[in-house]
Amino acid sequence: MTELSAHLPQFQHGQLTENFPETHISNTNDNSERRRHDNSERRRNDNAESETNGQPQNNVQQVVEQDEEEDEELTLKYGAKHVIMLFVPVTLCMVVVVATIKSVSFYTRKDGQLIYTPFTEETETVGQRALNSILNAAIMISVIIVMTILLVVLYKYRCYKVIHGWLIISSLLLLFFFSFIYLGEVFKTYNVAMDYITVALMIWNFGVVGMICIHWKGPLRLQQAYLIMISALMALVFIKYLPEWTAWLILAVISVYDLVAVLCPKGPLRMLVETAQERNETLFPALIYSSTMIWLVNMAEEDPEAQRKSKSSTYDKQAPASRTRNENAEADDGGFSQEWQQQRDNRIGPIESTPESRAAVQALPSNSQTSEDPEERGVKLGLGDFIFYSVLVGKASATASGDWNTTLACFVAILIGLCLTLLLLAIFKKALPALPISITFGLVFYFATDNLVQPFMDQLAFHQFYI
Amino acid sequence: AFFWLLSLLAASLLWFVSVQLSGREDAALLLLGAAAAVLLQELCRFACFKMLKKADEGLATLSEDGQSPISLQQMAYVSGLSFGIISGVFSIINILADSAGPGTVGIHGDSPYYFITSAFLTMALVLLHTFWGIIFFDACERRHAGGLGLVVGSHLLTSGLTFLNPWYEASLGPIFILTLCTGLWAFGTAGGSFRNVLKCLSCK
Repeated sequence: MTELSAHLPQFQHGQLTENFPETHISNTNDNSERRRHDNSERRRNDNAESETNGQPQNNVQQVVEQDEEEDEELTLKYGAKHVIMLFVPVTLCMVVVVATIKSVSFYTRKDGQLIYTPFTEETETVGQRALNSILNAAIMISVIIVMTILLVVLYKYRCYKVIHGWLIISSLLLLFFFSFIYLGEVFKTYNVAMDYITVALMIWNFGVVGMICIHWKGPLRLQQAYLIMISALMALVFIKYLPEWTAWLILAVISVYDLVAVLCPKGPLRMLVETAQERNETLFPALIYSSTMIWLVNMAEEDPEAQRKSKSSTYDKQAPASRTRNENAEADDGGFSQEWQQQRDNRIGPIESTPESRAAVQALPSNSQTSEDPEERGVKLGLGDFIFYSVLVGKASATASGDWNTTLACFVAILIGLCLTLLLLAIFKKALPALPISITFGLVFYFATDNLVQPFMDQLAFHQFYI
Repeated sequence: AFFWLLSLLAASLLWFVSVQLSGREDAALLLLGAAAAVLLQELCRFACFKMLKKADEGLATLSEDGQSPISLQQMAYVSGLSFGIISGVFSIINILADSAGPGTVGIHGDSPYYFITSAFLTMALVLLHTFWGIIFFDACERRHAGGLGLVVGSHLLTSGLTFLNPWYEASLGPIFILTLCTGLWAFGTAGGSFRNVLKCLSCK
């Protein structure tokens, strides 16, 4: 008994004496002399084992909990960072669009409509106008749906060449033709005299660098800048050629379609995402804005773990937990990616060839050495989202009676919607539609601000009252 | 900013409905609308506080050392600032846009100092919102009803003073004095003191 009591304090002293009971137990187990001794040893044995086992268990549990906590914490941290990373390009795009609308009158002049919206809105009765706009929206949406399904079918049957060709033709159109028109209009607005040779040189350089940057390799910032510019150009085209009610209706219906297409099991976009995941390839060599360049490299590799380990010299600071999480997340379609539709943005244009492209991230295995930390994976946002956000804000600035107030309100609403969407993305970790929440907020705020807030603020400002 | 916009929306809805119901546009209704706007703004500030508090708790539980990376005072400052910015921008941006265009100020008999007083008033309002944010959050945190009451009261007072425009002496002067006092109060609430200021100025 005295032996027992002598050992107990050591047990109670805990970890430091871990080894002692074990060796002691092994020794005493080997010498099973007397039963009393055996029993006491066994009891001590049990105590010791429970103690020593308990500690590793606790350790394991703690490690697991810490991992989970770290995961959640990393998720939230990433979420916040990604929100900021997406705020800047969305804001830039909107700023460009609003600035152009305010200064260049070309984009607010009614110069006819596209063939996709054949019904005019200059009708006599309100009912007729409503009907026309509904028909226009229906035609446009069906065009978009058809194009999306076509794209998905092409992708499924591995007609990559066709898709590539389509995207290249669209980016050609956007980069050369639309920017030429844009440049011309800006010159006209500011009454700048310019000769054709200089213009040809400028447009040629702009276009070629854009094609290279978007479809091949280029500095990340330049690529992002080009994507923003073509989104803005596309949005401007929309704002110019879509009549009023049609535009609002299209925005509303598109967000519903977005929701359906991405979330329903049979939705085209969801099938696209899943097919890309199955084949373990990058989603598209175009049409997606990404804030960083790397992770696609890993997706395309056979053994991402080995790949990453090979470049571990640069990325030493990663914890193993986050690395495995990255892997899982990437198998899950890269955690923070959002897909968006491509065609809808494009079926506009005087020529029937479909202007598609904006390119985001290429799988560039050779770039793997220069790419950033896989932890800094970044979010991907479809260019269609950029375009429709800018269309909303641009229309608000073009046609609202409240002018800047309405524009600002829509801007804030869209950004908050984007925040919420990214939060949901961080929680659900799968592809989500980016349009619905933002566009809903934007539309609500647009109509509310234009009709309700504006008269109120006008009256207050007239008398110089402040609230 | 979003919350402020929401409050503005609600207030304008109220005003609009009241105008429609009464069938005429009146300064009295405007007063009512403005008062409602102020109260709704404070309500939304409170909602903002609640939401930020919850987010703060979430961040604190997830962070490594149990402390949230952003202190409540920083959040109060940011929220007050954003309220101020959006309110200021909404107040002044149309005026700015008009000021870039052709025209003469006050040609119909109004004060020719419209633009500059608007600018000063907006500046005061932005600062005031920031200070109110800090004081408000602090009062909510410590459950100090007096602080809350004072914030709401001073907001109403400021808004009421602007109703005295264009009698600028009566409105601008007191508003600036109020701004200064509120600023000092907020500074004190945030933990600053005369000694801190001295230390900061004489930074060794």
